[in-house]
Amino acid sequence: MNPTEFQPVSALFGGALIGLAAVVLMLGNGRIAGASGIFAGLFTRHFNDEFAWRLLFTIGMVLGAAISSFLFFDTTIIMFSGSRVTIMVAGVIVGVGTILGSGCTSGHGICGLARFSERSLVATCIFMTVAIITVFITRHILGR
Amino acid sequence: MDKLIAIVAGILFGAGVTVSGMVNPMKVLNFLDVTGIWDPSLAFVMAGGLMLTLIGYRFIFKRSEPLFESSFKLPTTKSVDAKLVLGAACFGLGWGLSGLCPGPAIASIAFGRSETYLFVAAMAAGMVLTKFVQRRFILT
Repeated sequence: MNPTEFQPVSALFGGALIGLAAVVLMLGNGRIAGASGIFAGLFTRHFNDEFAWRLLFTIGMVLGAAISSFLFFDTTIIMFSGSRVTIMVAGVIVGVGTILGSGCTSGHGICGLARFSERSLVATCIFMTVAIITVFITRHILGR
Repeated sequence: MDKLIAIVAGILFGAGVTVSGMVNPMKVLNFLDVTGIWDPSLAFVMAGGLMLTLIGYRFIFKRSEPLFESSFKLPTTKSVDAKLVLGAACFGLGWGLSGLCPGPAIASIAFGRSETYLFVAAMAAGMVLTKFVQRRFILT
């Protein structure tokens, strides 16, 4: 583990951009800006309008990351934790969990809470708590 | 026009998760490490995102429909069920293990790191498998 710098201003600004994305997508298209749901909808046999907007949003995410990192963000500070096997296992669990739980940090944590969804409140409390416990176990008990 | 909205919203989202530092798994793990080297930055990401969305949604939902579609497509399930609880717990476990959640992971494809590709591919596999099993055994 490595300490990271507390950056409230860029965090608040980045958060506001995520919020703006949610507002734009709801006002324009009446959709929830949930990353897991939008991405999961790409795995379909029906290449219709539904597929198209999901693909465009996903491409937009990658473009947005590319442009903003070029301007404001040093990507060399990005640091992964755990082995490649751990990362892949985590990926599978996140995939299973976001489908069963109908959402992730953005869909439940931002959009769901913003429309006072009881399901999103429950989901957000659960995934935050489990994630905190997981980090406590891996870092402070297993000492990884 | 709805296609342009989708890509613009995607760009804003991708920029947001990048600028906020959420694309750095170590930063996310340090946020979750409340008893260790805690970095509270991500609480500010949540606060900023939630505040703007709360205000924005208040005005948007006064309209009867969105600008470029015929209706709002909102989740219809209202009850808290075992599937939601189990799913959220799984997601929390994977997030805590890796420091990666779907939005930042997908956006990070831009940075060309092999760990990101592994994570996104594994996540896609988990999603496809779960959707298949759900459809097959009607667990919905």
